[in-house]
Amino acid sequence: MQLTGAEIVMRCLQEEKVDHVFGYPGGSVLHIYDELFKQDKVKHILVRHEQAAVHAADAYSRSSNKVGVALVTSGPGVTNAVTGIATAYCDSIPLVVLTGQVPTYYIGQDAFQECDTVGITRPCVKHNFLVKDVKDLAITLKKAFYLAKTGRPGPVLVDIPKDVSAAKCDFHYPKEITIRSYNPVVKGHSGQIKKAVKLLLEAKRPMIYTGGGVILSDASDKLIKLVRTLGFPITQTLMGLGGYPATDKQNLGMLGMHGTYEANMAMQHCDVLLAIGARFDDRVIGNPDNFGSIPRKIIHVDIDPSSISKRVKVDVPIVGHVPDVLAELLALLEEGQAKPDAKHLAAWWKDIGEWRSKDCLKFPQGDDVIMPQFVVQKLYEVTGGDAFVTSDVGQHQMFAAQYYGFDKPRRWINSGGLGTMGVGLPYAMGVKFANPEATVACVTGEASIQMCIQELSTCKQFRLPLKIINLNNRYLGMVRQWQEMFHGNRYAESYLDSLPDFVKLAESYGHIGMRIEKPADVEPALREAFTKHKNDLVFMDFITDQKANVFPMVAAGKGLSEMILAEDL
Amino acid sequence: MRHIISILIENEAGALSRVAGLFSARGYNIETLTVAPTEDSSLSRMTIVTNGSDDVIEQITKQLNKLVDVVKVVDLSEAPHVERELMLVKVRAAGKDREEMKRMADIFRGRIIDVTETTYVIELTGTSSKLDSFIEALDKALILETVRTGVSGIGRGDRILKI
Ligand SMILES: Cc1ncc(C[n+]2csc(CCOP(=O)(O)OP(=O)(O)O)c2C)c(N)n1
Repeated sequence: MQLTGAEIVMRCLQEEKVDHVFGYPGGSVLHIYDELFKQDKVKHILVRHEQAAVHAADAYSRSSNKVGVALVTSGPGVTNAVTGIATAYCDSIPLVVLTGQVPTYYIGQDAFQECDTVGITRPCVKHNFLVKDVKDLAITLKKAFYLAKTGRPGPVLVDIPKDVSAAKCDFHYPKEITIRSYNPVVKGHSGQIKKAVKLLLEAKRPMIYTGGGVILSDASDKLIKLVRTLGFPITQTLMGLGGYPATDKQNLGMLGMHGTYEANMAMQHCDVLLAIGARFDDRVIGNPDNFGSIPRKIIHVDIDPSSISKRVKVDVPIVGHVPDVLAELLALLEEGQAKPDAKHLAAWWKDIGEWRSKDCLKFPQGDDVIMPQFVVQKLYEVTGGDAFVTSDVGQHQMFAAQYYGFDKPRRWINSGGLGTMGVGLPYAMGVKFANPEATVACVTGEASIQMCIQELSTCKQFRLPLKIINLNNRYLGMVRQWQEMFHGNRYAESYLDSLPDFVKLAESYGHIGMRIEKPADVEPALREAFTKHKNDLVFMDFITDQKANVFPMVAAGKGLSEMILAEDL
Repeated sequence: MRHIISILIENEAGALSRVAGLFSARGYNIETLTVAPTEDSSLSRMTIVTNGSDDVIEQITKQLNKLVDVVKVVDLSEAPHVERELMLVKVRAAGKDREEMKRMADIFRGRIIDVTETTYVIELTGTSSKLDSFIEALDKALILETVRTGVSGIGRGDRILKI
């Protein structure tokens, strides 16, 4: 039997076991929406802006390890989606983005709602396709899902002209696919892994540094085993939080620009560094020349060869799928039965203990003004440390990363690479669809939340009982912090005047709004929101200290040990 | 340092823009780029001449390999290879210059492939530096137009780039 292109799209989604598609309709995708309407296997989530569709699909994937799917129309639908696609690309999130296109016979004629989708998105996708013939549609979709989730994951876009979704052909969905030009390495080089084991066992001051790759590849269990077997200290990047339990004593917390004193000091003073699924980016190692000037041996495990020796020279590169490489490392360690030198390791832990005793995350909480850190601490307590937490971008994001200890992977959902304000609320929606039973909190700022505030309407439609924790400092806080520290307190355009009444705003969307102004009210309000209003969306507007800053801080371009600590000020 | 990178890439619409986009997005430099289908029409072969430190060249090859359409990448300059570039030069060839132009073309083993009463088109193949030398040797005032293909390269002997 022959199927139309639109029917083929639906069948492919079903074959891929896609249960949710986030999207927004328009002329060029109407055939596809018509087919969505006629079936009930794939649920469509109507957002209020295409950017949010992609963010939601992205978080759906981040919190579940399924491929996220978004569907948008041509032209403005696509350009609205670009921020979402670029955000997912920077954090290597597997997505399939389906876009409508004007009919093939109009392409290139500046037709209504035509844009060069493949051209616009090329630099921010893993790969993209324009399907010109309905006969290529099924195989292209198969390729798209395969590319999105294998190797280093990423968003893949499939552009479908309107005449292609209307045309008919036989349907066959291939079970397997190979692409001759695409063969990601999976198995790490055994010789290199042996070298790594030797280095690790000889280390006097070893350190393990892990990133988003551990989360994306579901390698947490193996990582925990490895770290415990070795007894080494470990730190995670912003993207790696939850890959190793925050509450474990071997964990030094996050490193980098706003990392802990102990993590950054250990990075600078270690003699052997094992980097796993992380990419030594500027927010993590600070100045690469400074970082590289310190003699230490580096072992780097990553699925993407181009991440290795990109910013930092590596001594033992291991290209491979993280869990497989970790399994091999563990097997070698068990087989060899050699143990790291206990004496040296004890001395190293003593150094770390001293760094830790600085207690770099302490902050003053008085009786009058709510400190943003305090809200996150209380959020942690009230949710038992077991919520899914999304965030936007700014100080609140760093506070959430620093003060909400993530013990499990895929619980901390934020835009690390692109740093996109506006992701928080759509991220929370995506998480909730992927994990309907979970407690989901969105830690945001009064500026960020306004970038996708329209999604409160989507939340109403789908009755999503999210908890929005708005750390309202009336400033573009992170911008203001930089202006305070590096621009002589000239707060150019970082004050947010004319804020809406968030309580009324939430209520107008049919949600519950709360304003919390006193430190003593923080915990009771949170308890009320998470228990009494468990099944409602609660917008909690916390009026926080206006000038709180995020510390420790490594200024841009500085070395990791050149930290500014709260106590120095 | 100068490197010649050979790429086998799927002969798909947009494949060239992926490569060109990669170079511009990451700030790599392209001195010349040539591309044409191979004997297997599903594949194109591209030759790129670029410049950069060893680290940059390593990144270029890794990033090229990461492109989904790219089948194979080889840095030809790592081992013995031959490279050739084709140039067409239109020169003024009237009066006493006519004989001189023919002589120059002969010295450089060029061929005159178009003749009018006042002009020649000279075809010259060789390494880029040979083509440069030819231009140098000509009287600038007589050069009307030049066009070069950019470098094509191939490994010597057993070095074969094929799938
Ligand atoms: C889309 C976008 N525009 C601009 C920025 C730059 N930026 C980073 S943090 C920030 C301020 C965020 O303010 P708010 O959401 O109130 O959070 P706070 O820092 O106050 O916690 C800005 C403007 C960005 N990251 N993303």
